[in-house]
Amino acid sequence: MTVIDSIDPVVRDLWYAVAALDDLDLIDVQESVLLDTPINVCHDTSGGVQCRTELRPLPVCERYGYVWTSLGSPQTDVFSIPEYVEPDRRNIHAATIGVHTSAPRTIENFLDMGHFPYVHTGILGAEPHTEVRDYNVEVSVERDEIVATNCLFWQPMAAAASSSGADVDYIYRVPHPYCAILYKSSPIDDKRLDVIAVFLQPETQEQVRAHMMLSLLDEASTDHQIRLFQQTIFGQDKPILENQFPKRLPLDPRAETPIRADKSAIAYRRWLSDKGITYGVIPAAA
Amino acid sequence: MTPNLHSHWFPIASSTDLVPRHVYQAQLLGREFAVWRADDGYVNVWENRCLHRGVRLSIGINDGRELKCQYHGWRYANRTAGCTYIPAHPADAPARTICNNTYPAREAHGLIWTGEHASGSLPDLGCFADGIVLRPIPLNAPAEMVSESLEGYDSDVFFLVQPCDSNRSIIRGLAKPSKRDRLDLLRYHNFALQELRDHIEGQAASQDTPEPLVPIISQVAAELVDLPVLHTIGRQADFTVTITNKETVAEDVVRLRLESLTSVLPTFQPGAHIDLHLQNGLVRQYSLTNGPGETDHYTIGVKREIESRGGSATIHDHLRVGDNLAISAPRNNFPLRRDAVRTIFIAGGIGVTPLISMAQALNVQGLDFAFHYFVQSETRAAFSQELHAFNEATTFHINLSPHATSEELTHILSDPNPTYHIYVCGPIPMLDATRKIAKKQGWDDEQVHFEYFKNTNKINTEGSFEIDLARSACTFTVSEGQSILEVLRSNGINMPSSCETGACGTCRCGVIAGEIDHQDVYLTDSEKAKGNTIMTCVSRSRSDRLILDI
Repeated sequence: MTVIDSIDPVVRDLWYAVAALDDLDLIDVQESVLLDTPINVCHDTSGGVQCRTELRPLPVCERYGYVWTSLGSPQTDVFSIPEYVEPDRRNIHAATIGVHTSAPRTIENFLDMGHFPYVHTGILGAEPHTEVRDYNVEVSVERDEIVATNCLFWQPMAAAASSSGADVDYIYRVPHPYCAILYKSSPIDDKRLDVIAVFLQPETQEQVRAHMMLSLLDEASTDHQIRLFQQTIFGQDKPILENQFPKRLPLDPRAETPIRADKSAIAYRRWLSDKGITYGVIPAAA
Repeated sequence: MTPNLHSHWFPIASSTDLVPRHVYQAQLLGREFAVWRADDGYVNVWENRCLHRGVRLSIGINDGRELKCQYHGWRYANRTAGCTYIPAHPADAPARTICNNTYPAREAHGLIWTGEHASGSLPDLGCFADGIVLRPIPLNAPAEMVSESLEGYDSDVFFLVQPCDSNRSIIRGLAKPSKRDRLDLLRYHNFALQELRDHIEGQAASQDTPEPLVPIISQVAAELVDLPVLHTIGRQADFTVTITNKETVAEDVVRLRLESLTSVLPTFQPGAHIDLHLQNGLVRQYSLTNGPGETDHYTIGVKREIESRGGSATIHDHLRVGDNLAISAPRNNFPLRRDAVRTIFIAGGIGVTPLISMAQALNVQGLDFAFHYFVQSETRAAFSQELHAFNEATTFHINLSPHATSEELTHILSDPNPTYHIYVCGPIPMLDATRKIAKKQGWDDEQVHFEYFKNTNKINTEGSFEIDLARSACTFTVSEGQSILEVLRSNGINMPSSCETGACGTCRCGVIAGEIDHQDVYLTDSEKAKGNTIMTCVSRSRSDRLILDI
């Protein structure tokens, strides 16, 4: 099978974050891989950015602190994160981390609450508070994205200021097959939400670069502290992700055992199936 | 690779690799295994993959009794590999079909052996049977090439080559015991074999690398794709066990140890019961008292009932070690939540049995609990050995009058806390008192879990009504004197059941419409008030028609 055969048209025409603008200030030319194709990203002579393969230039745009590109012809703009432009927010590029697994496995992990007490012990969860209560999942036809709401989970340190645990309210959005956004009640303003986004750059079917963007209302922590926290969390997920087998996400409903807590993952697998996505997944037998 | 290799036994680890509480990762013919020894010595060889999300179980935790997945904390039992607990849904008993793939396992000659479909006896090692196990030498080369290269090596060593994958093997050798110093011998072969490895790897590198083997991962059971699982088993004896021990553990209480001589017993969860089919035709339910990981036998505690109708008296007077009994697979209608900050167990008399199993599970996991045991006299306190192992968590309440019992219960339940859960089992007056006191003190119905051993309500079987089966689009009439369960069965619909007196909860069924006449003691008052579930063995309809969710 040639590489090109496994890249379905849907995946080819999507936008992908491929470099943080912050990082581009440190390294002149960023070399990486997108959908099995080597690419490089750099500033052009007029102060903008350019992205190209060995053979041709690629379309580029700058969104949320990252350079986005595509191997095909994107039909729409990059999905919207309205909170990003609110003036009192701190928008931070937390890290770009390589993970030896497929993009859909990484998205499922991002949507999952059940692992908090076991993988993020003492931070995002702790035994015996292990229950995943019922939440709502819907696929928005109009926006073509999955939204999970009313996701409540007990967290040992709900806010930096509190020493006791409490339920934290989450909302998840999957507006792109390989990108997801998490909204979490802000410790500073209970009416507003902190935003944590992961933009995946699939290098191959089984290797990704995860770009993590935060848009927070936090006034106390330093950028360094915020990055460290996010890197700690992701560093706990990485060894789990790299020990999942198969690495590509199986879309056959009988490949794995879903439980009610996995509602959002079930919706995500169906959504990928319905889109006809084949990259990074094992399609269900027809 | 010839397919019949899967029926061969291969060594996949040295016995010494399976150190206590460790999970060892092995590979054979492309398939990965999680290999672990439980505290009782049993060696488990499992698919190296959690059924839930595919995470390697070799990165999981061996607690000596169960293997816990690192990702979501799912627990799998020693021997059976059946899932015993899913922390994301603490109130649910995992479906019995959630069971990991297991492979044949043997331990002999200092090695652990398996094979995907291996059966029969292990290869005869002759004079090497008591040999010294050499350090295994892994190498990147096909097994056939390795075997050929080993021909002509010292005849005092017997070699077994483990084919991990198409281009990866492990040399396992057994050296004939000799007068030579053991360490000296190990060191000698270690150096010799490492030199040979370099030679073989060089040879393999000069050839085309074969494609890696792709093991086929079997699919999970079809009914697991959509939860909840539909049960399809009726009241039936599933298999035969032999009584291997019978001992009196308190006045009028015997403990039976039941073992299967032919197969592995099905997975149980704390709180589960089995049906015992006695030789005189009676069927009785008994809770399993096993702790987690005790999967090579079941134990039950049986009290001689003064008004025994032939159940407990038969067990006490006539059953002997060596007798065979037909039993059902365990069913769990009394699942234990493990997400409580503190669990309070309240046992009365022989009602201690399911709670003993539960408390042992919490104890092994290090979760906080208190165990209150109300018993007539010290000589009637069964399972005191297990209870004393809980140390200060256990409190005995001996020979209290009904009034004093109520006062003690009021004291125990005086501090309602939304993060605590209560499990109570015992004689009916005590159960009723506990539920009443808990309610009065402000505990929520959902926090008080109970199991009745029997239903002493007089069952009213008057009046007839119709049942509509929503999913199978059938309508039947339940006449006076008949139960819904009987009508379903006579029409070929196989509904599981156990006690058939409205106490155990096995024949529970969803109700979509109609007014239920609840006559069971299984459902809580708030569950009864919701009116969306019925015990089909005793409960009936107040309306002309009930629409059932089957």
